[in-house]
Amino acid sequence: MTFLGMPAFPANAAAAVRDSQLRFNLRKATHTIREKRASVVAELPDWARLREAGKQIKDHTLRNLERYLLQMEEAVTAAGGHVHWAADAREANRIVTGLVRETGESDVVKVKSMATQEIGLNEALAEAGITAYETDLAELIVQLGDDWPSHILVPAIHRSRAEIREIFLEKMADWGRPAPEELTDDPRALAEAARRHLRERFLSTKVAISGANFMIAETGTLVVLESEGNGRMCLTLPKTLISVVGIEKLLPTWRDLEVFLQLLPRSSTGERMNPYTSTWTGATEGQEFHLVLLDNGRTRVLADEVGRQALRCIRCSACLNVCPVYERAGGHAYGSVYPGPIGAILTPQLRGMSSPLDASLPYASTLCGACYDVCPVAIDIPEVLVHLRGRAPHPRAERLGMRAAGWVFDRPERLARAERLAGRLRRFVPRRAPGPGPLSAWTETRDLPEIPAESFRDWWTRTDGGTR
Amino acid sequence: MSDRELILARIRAAVTSAPPNEIVRDYRTSAGPLDRAELIELFAERVADYRAVVHVTGEDEVAATIAAALAAQGLTRPLVPGGLPVEWVPEGAVADDPPLSDAELDAVGGVVTGCAVAIAETGTIVLDAGPGQGRRALTLLPDYHLCVVRAGQIVAGVPQGVAVLDPSRPLTWISGPSATSDIELNRVEGVHGPRTLEVVVVR
Repeated sequence: MTFLGMPAFPANAAAAVRDSQLRFNLRKATHTIREKRASVVAELPDWARLREAGKQIKDHTLRNLERYLLQMEEAVTAAGGHVHWAADAREANRIVTGLVRETGESDVVKVKSMATQEIGLNEALAEAGITAYETDLAELIVQLGDDWPSHILVPAIHRSRAEIREIFLEKMADWGRPAPEELTDDPRALAEAARRHLRERFLSTKVAISGANFMIAETGTLVVLESEGNGRMCLTLPKTLISVVGIEKLLPTWRDLEVFLQLLPRSSTGERMNPYTSTWTGATEGQEFHLVLLDNGRTRVLADEVGRQALRCIRCSACLNVCPVYERAGGHAYGSVYPGPIGAILTPQLRGMSSPLDASLPYASTLCGACYDVCPVAIDIPEVLVHLRGRAPHPRAERLGMRAAGWVFDRPERLARAERLAGRLRRFVPRRAPGPGPLSAWTETRDLPEIPAESFRDWWTRTDGGTR
Repeated sequence: MSDRELILARIRAAVTSAPPNEIVRDYRTSAGPLDRAELIELFAERVADYRAVVHVTGEDEVAATIAAALAAQGLTRPLVPGGLPVEWVPEGAVADDPPLSDAELDAVGGVVTGCAVAIAETGTIVLDAGPGQGRRALTLLPDYHLCVVRAGQIVAGVPQGVAVLDPSRPLTWISGPSATSDIELNRVEGVHGPRTLEVVVVR
């Protein structure tokens, strides 16, 4: 999924903050979840040590990624599974489409998966005449509403219960069993409608597509965490299972799960443990199993010494829930399946910064650091944001200004002359910069700093450091 | 060059500048000071937090507890997996032998199983498709799941649970009934998996 042609973040955010329903929904949801997270994290006396171990395990894996990927491939193959490698989205889509075609089926059920959204798999399947049915409740809301996901954990966070009821009543019939006419906006009734809508689909569909939260190199095991049971349905019932997994999702050993099965649920849904976690190794209970290992820009991220820490991400979404920018702008403004602080560092690295939107993402932050504090694998998001700002293309006026400033600051005598000149002209400097332009936008809510009559350097020389 | 060779070559080139690092496991991995009675109490409390129903009974009361729970649900023909201890098999039980179709499983009202391990700190039961647990679909399609946990199967935390589980088996970790937080981030119990989870702990 590309969100092609979207304007840059500031324009998207400016539109989003005028949507009062959206702001209400986001504020309610993010505040609910951040409190839940804080209380279950505080319960563990060794949280900081788990976080450090999680960080170190991920860094170690990335440092030895080739070895562990080969080990994974061998273990999955030995357990009766098939391993495919996809350097980019096109190849991954080609592989999956081919695998589905081989089964002769034209319907697939899907477990919520960021990786398949990133590569636009549903659209690629549709072009091949294959319908992909999303089964996670939030993904269902997004799919029925012909909408974009706006949060990593709860993609329909921007929708209120009343809006969800409307979508179900209007759209469910187009995709299968219609919603009951008397449907209310009680979350319980909405969940029940989804259960009935999808049950027949689970029982009849022969092919499922999933992602994975973790892959264990040592054993060839895949791990999926979920809440609703739609994941279990897709992983268990269909005859063919295809899992598309980013190469950074690897963990070296089975034992490493003891860290991540504590870090992820508490950071993500704010629960001690999510309702269901499924693990399987190779072809299980008579199933045909395919694993598609996906690069799609990840090796480029890996090559960046500062930016590579973004590959530690376990997609918990804790950083979104504490971000003051996300809370107001919402997920759509980021123009990517990865919104929020992690998206602001992941998207420009995965996609490059050639579009105005992607180049604007490293600025979609106040650098307050709340995201770093809650990150369960200690990704220093502000550090990467600043690093990427340095690499982003800068407008001509800013480059010229910076070059002029560089010329002045380069030599003390030039700076002294510039300061004296500014002091003499200070009466002519307005409190607000003339517009239009970025400087006038800045001074709309701030005064330009006052210029003193005498510079500090001149005062120091005249008074000998204040002694005369 | 194949995509496999391409990806591996890119990785080799990318990681040359990455420093080696050390993994320190100084988080809690031992059982801690809890004795068996305290483990049972913690486990029962944490399972109940998920709005699952929990009973703690003695060995000689298990059958009666199971029967009463099933009667309360109005379940007269519950499903049982092969290998369930005979004293836990309720009256009128249906066996998965020969294996039921998915549609038949969907029509079964409830299922009674054991488990492989239980984790006190998180209120989690783990099934490994072993004796008394059955294939994964058995605890998925029926709307009601009653799981019997022996006190000796309860470990303190996640590390102790991971240590005793066999990754070559298909595992299902269950923490409360099926739930969703997708609507305004409020937890609602009961979506696609069993909407009612009842746990019987045998002292």
